[in-house]
Amino acid sequence: MSGLTRRRALGAAAALTSAAAVTAAVTTTASADGQGHDHGHEAPTGPAAGHDHGAPAPFDEVYRGRRIQGRPVAAGEHHGAHHGAGYAVFVDGAELHVMRNADGSWISVVSHYDPVPTPRAAARAAVDELQGARLLPFPAN
Amino acid sequence: MTVRKNQATLTADEKRRFVAAVLELKRSGRYDAFVTTHNAFIMGDTDNGERTGHRSPSFLPWHRRFLLEFERALQSVDASVALPYWDWTADRSTRSSLWAPDFLGGTGRSLDGRVMDGPFAAAAGNWPVSVRVDGRTYLRRALGAGVRELPTGSEVESVLAMATYDSAPWNSASDGFRNHLEGWRGVNLHNRVHVWVGGQMATGVSPNDPVFWLHHAYVDKLWARWQRRHPGVGYAPTAGTPQVVDLHETMKPWNDTTPADLLDHTPHYTFDTD
Repeated sequence: MSGLTRRRALGAAAALTSAAAVTAAVTTTASADGQGHDHGHEAPTGPAAGHDHGAPAPFDEVYRGRRIQGRPVAAGEHHGAHHGAGYAVFVDGAELHVMRNADGSWISVVSHYDPVPTPRAAARAAVDELQGARLLPFPAN
Repeated sequence: MTVRKNQATLTADEKRRFVAAVLELKRSGRYDAFVTTHNAFIMGDTDNGERTGHRSPSFLPWHRRFLLEFERALQSVDASVALPYWDWTADRSTRSSLWAPDFLGGTGRSLDGRVMDGPFAAAAGNWPVSVRVDGRTYLRRALGAGVRELPTGSEVESVLAMATYDSAPWNSASDGFRNHLEGWRGVNLHNRVHVWVGGQMATGVSPNDPVFWLHHAYVDKLWARWQRRHPGVGYAPTAGTPQVVDLHETMKPWNDTTPADLLDHTPHYTFDTD
């Protein structure tokens, strides 16, 4: 990210993906209803088909005193390149490994057996689980 | 011959020997290699990509081989040790002897989830959590906090009744026995137990908690029960499936064993009861 501030990078990512995010919101509202885990306002995740279409919208908020961010990323942009989820989540700037399930739900490496509806919900679940602990960058694991 | 016993029936001496062998693997560094391997697969296995250890038909044979490797490592320390299994449909309380100080220790304290008793408590100095995703180096649990109830016997029966091993798309969206046992669909057996234990067991580095092995030894036993229930039904898929381990394809990371090689557990161990 050299030469770019994080805010500018997030803005660029949002501009590039806003059309896809709107499409996701329109097409998957029904499937997201009734799951009830998440109280955020981001676009719900898309259906099972494909990684790159219907990626969730970016988010950036302070949750329980910690900054959580999420944004779509291009293939290969992940630090660890463990998967092709097409979406990256950060807790206080450290990348949280997240994964999208075939049904559109999400998990993270600190809550790997308990799907939640959106990447923001996965980020919040991670903050809950961490109880203030620092997240380690996953390539170091 | 190795006999895997219900943890609830172990003698004091069997518990002592199991714990000592686990601690010796930890001291020597061999234990943490298992944690690293598991985390690498759990982060790498994806529904639409290559998938081997989880969310795929090879979830069961992969963990069977993984447990065999761990059991052989334990036996290199103490040849009398076998992996016990935890029947969480029966021992479903935080007051189970499984969680007593002479075996795995209990739940974590509310402040930070830290396990305060038993041989794996951080204070004993023998169980540093080294392969981790966050800054905390102590074993944590929150028994019954992430989800209130462990699976019941009737829920297990409903999954054992499923007459198909697995089905396309061979991932977390699949119908069939494997995915219902794994827990991505339906009443949720295996995944729910990880969540019930909490702490590291709810994360990608779940083998940091020794109960990982007892949980998976029971999941493995349920596979054996399912095979006896459905003797004409085999592992699937059998050939030509991209990104998925077919019956006669070798599995990473060993590359020398196929699901077909692992369908029969009896060359390696038996169980105390059917």
